[in-house]
Amino acid sequence: MTTTDVRTQEFLDYVQAGGQVETGDWMPDEYRSKLVKFIEMHGNSELMGVLPERDWILRAPTLQRKLALTAKIQDEVGHAQLIYRVVEDLGKPRSACLDDLVSGKAKFHNVFHYPTKTWGDVGVIAWLVDAAAIISQKALLKCSYAPYARIMKKICWEESFHILHGRDVILAMVTGTPDQFELVQEALLRWWEPLMHFHGNPIPADEDPMVIWRIKSQANEEARQQFLEGYVPQIRELGLEIPDPNLRRDDETGVWSYTEPDWEKLRAVVTGHGPASQERLDFRRLSREHVEWVSQVVLAEAA
Amino acid sequence: MTLVWEVFRQERKGQPFAHAGAVVAPDLRFAEVYAREQYGRRQESEALWLVPRDAVHLVHDFPDEFDLKYRRVDGYSIKARLKEARERAGTLQG
Amino acid sequence: MPERSRADLLLEIADDELILGWRNSEWTGIAPFLEEDVAFSSIAQNEIGHARAFYELAARDLGTDADALAFDRRAEEYRAAPLVELRLVEDWAGTIARHWLYETADELRLAALKGSDEPEVAGLAAKMDREEAYHRIHAGLWAERLRDEPRFQAAVDELWPYALGLLEGPAREELAQRVAREPVEAVERGSHVAAWAPLWEEMTSVRRSAPVGAQW
Repeated sequence: MTTTDVRTQEFLDYVQAGGQVETGDWMPDEYRSKLVKFIEMHGNSELMGVLPERDWILRAPTLQRKLALTAKIQDEVGHAQLIYRVVEDLGKPRSACLDDLVSGKAKFHNVFHYPTKTWGDVGVIAWLVDAAAIISQKALLKCSYAPYARIMKKICWEESFHILHGRDVILAMVTGTPDQFELVQEALLRWWEPLMHFHGNPIPADEDPMVIWRIKSQANEEARQQFLEGYVPQIRELGLEIPDPNLRRDDETGVWSYTEPDWEKLRAVVTGHGPASQERLDFRRLSREHVEWVSQVVLAEAA
Repeated sequence: MTLVWEVFRQERKGQPFAHAGAVVAPDLRFAEVYAREQYGRRQESEALWLVPRDAVHLVHDFPDEFDLKYRRVDGYSIKARLKEARERAGTLQG
Repeated sequence: MPERSRADLLLEIADDELILGWRNSEWTGIAPFLEEDVAFSSIAQNEIGHARAFYELAARDLGTDADALAFDRRAEEYRAAPLVELRLVEDWAGTIARHWLYETADELRLAALKGSDEPEVAGLAAKMDREEAYHRIHAGLWAERLRDEPRFQAAVDELWPYALGLLEGPAREELAQRVAREPVEAVERGSHVAAWAPLWEEMTSVRRSAPVGAQW
C-alpha cells in the first residue's frame, strides 16, 4: 500500500468512527471532490428552489401570507449563502459554482425542475417538499465535514417555520371552499411523484459513497421511509387522497410499501430534462448577466 | 484586502461570542448590514463581532512530547494514597 | 383643493409601501449577490409590514380590514405614487436610484407625520421611521458606491419627476435640495403607469378566485 493509501484508510477509519474534519485538514482527493459536489448541489438547490416560489409573493392572497412566503424564500437565499461560503472555503469560488449551474454541468434537486401552477402548490411545497428536505438536512447534522455540519444546524432551525407555514396554508384551504380543497388535492396529485423521487433511488448504505465517507449519515430509503411515516398520516387525516393505490404500511415491520418510482425519470429530470428545467436555468443565466456589472463595481475581488 | 468578514455571535448576554459564519461585503459598513440580516433578522442574536478574515490567525497543533500531565487534573491519582491515609487514621469506611 | 381624509392619507402611504414592497421583493433570488439578496428582502418585508400597519389603521376608519384594503379594491382606487409602480427589476442601478429617492422623500414625509396631532398616526410614523433608518443606511451605502456610475445618475435623473410626486408643497423643495436636483414638473399621484394594470391583475388573481371573505 502506498503512503497515500494508508493515509486514506486512516482518514476513512477516522470519519467512520465519528471523527470531524475542518477546512484546513488533509483530505483524500476523493473525499474532497465528493464533498464539494454534494455541498454545491445543495447550494444550487436552495438557489433554484427560489424560482418556483417567487412568483407567488405577488399573488399571495393576504398580507400575512405575502410576508411569510417572502421570509421563507429569503431563508432559502440565506441558506444558499451559507452553503456556497462552505464551498468557497473548500476552494471553489461562488462564480464557478454559478457557471456550472447555468451551464447544466452541476445539478440541483428534482423538485425544483417542476412548474408551480396554483396557490395549492405553494402550500404543498412549503409543507411537504420542505418536510422531505428537513429529513435529509437533519441527517446532515452529523456530517463528517464540520463546517457543513455547523451551518446545517442554522438551516434546520430556520426550516422548521417553513413547514408550519406550509401546513397552515394547506389547513386554511382544506377547511375553506370546495374549490380551495380541490386546489390542494390537485397540487398533491402533481407533486406526489417528485416527492417520492426526492430522497433518491434506494442505494444500500454500504454502497453509497456519501454514507461511507460519513458525508450523509442516512441511506436514501431510510429517509424516504421517515418521510412516509411522518407525513402520510398527516396528509390522509385531512381527507386528501395520495395517488398511489399501493401505498401502505406494514404494521408489524413499520415499513411502507409503494409503487416503485420511475428512477429513469428522476435521472432525466436532474440532468435537465424536467418540465421547467431549461426555463429556470435560462432565467437564472439571464438574471445573472443583467447584474454581473454590479459585482465588478462593488466586489472587485469578485466572489 | 479581504472581502470576507467573519461573524462571531453572542446568543444571549453573558454568553461567549462564537463563530457563526462569514459574509462577503465590499467594506465593513456593508458587512454590518449583511451580518445583521444573516445572523439577526429574527432577533436571534444579542450582539455580533465582525472581523476581516485577514485578521484571523489560525493556531493549532499543541504537542506534549514529555507528557507534562502535572498541569492537569488527569495527571493525579490520589485514590491509593487516600485509602492508605484513611486506614492509618482509622477513618476508613466500609 | 379638498382636504384629504385621514383614511385617504393613510391609504396613500400604505399603497406606496405595498407596491414598493412588491417591487423590491421582485429581486428575491436574483439580486446582484446573495448577501444583498437577503438584505433587500428584509427591506421589502419591512415595507409590506408598514403597509399592513397603515391599512389596519385606515381599516378602522373605513369599517373594513387590512387585507380587504390591500387586495379587494379596484385598480383605479389605489393611490400609490407612480414611482413605486414602475417595473425596474433586472436594472439594479434603477432600483437603487428609486430606493434612494424614495427613502429620502419618505424621511421627509414621516417627519411631518410624526408631528401629527393624532397620536395613532404620529406613533405609527415614529415606529416606521425607526425601521426606515436602516433602509436609509442601506440606500446611502449603495448610492455612495454607485455615485460615479453613469447609469446610476441617469436613472436618478429619469426617476426624479416621479420622486417629486411622492410629496407635496414645500417638501418638494426640501427633497430637491437633499438629492441635489432642480425641481421639475412632477409625475403626480392619481395617475397610474402602464405597468400598474397587469400588476394589479396578477396581485389580486388568487384573491379574486375565491368569494370575498374566503380564508387563505
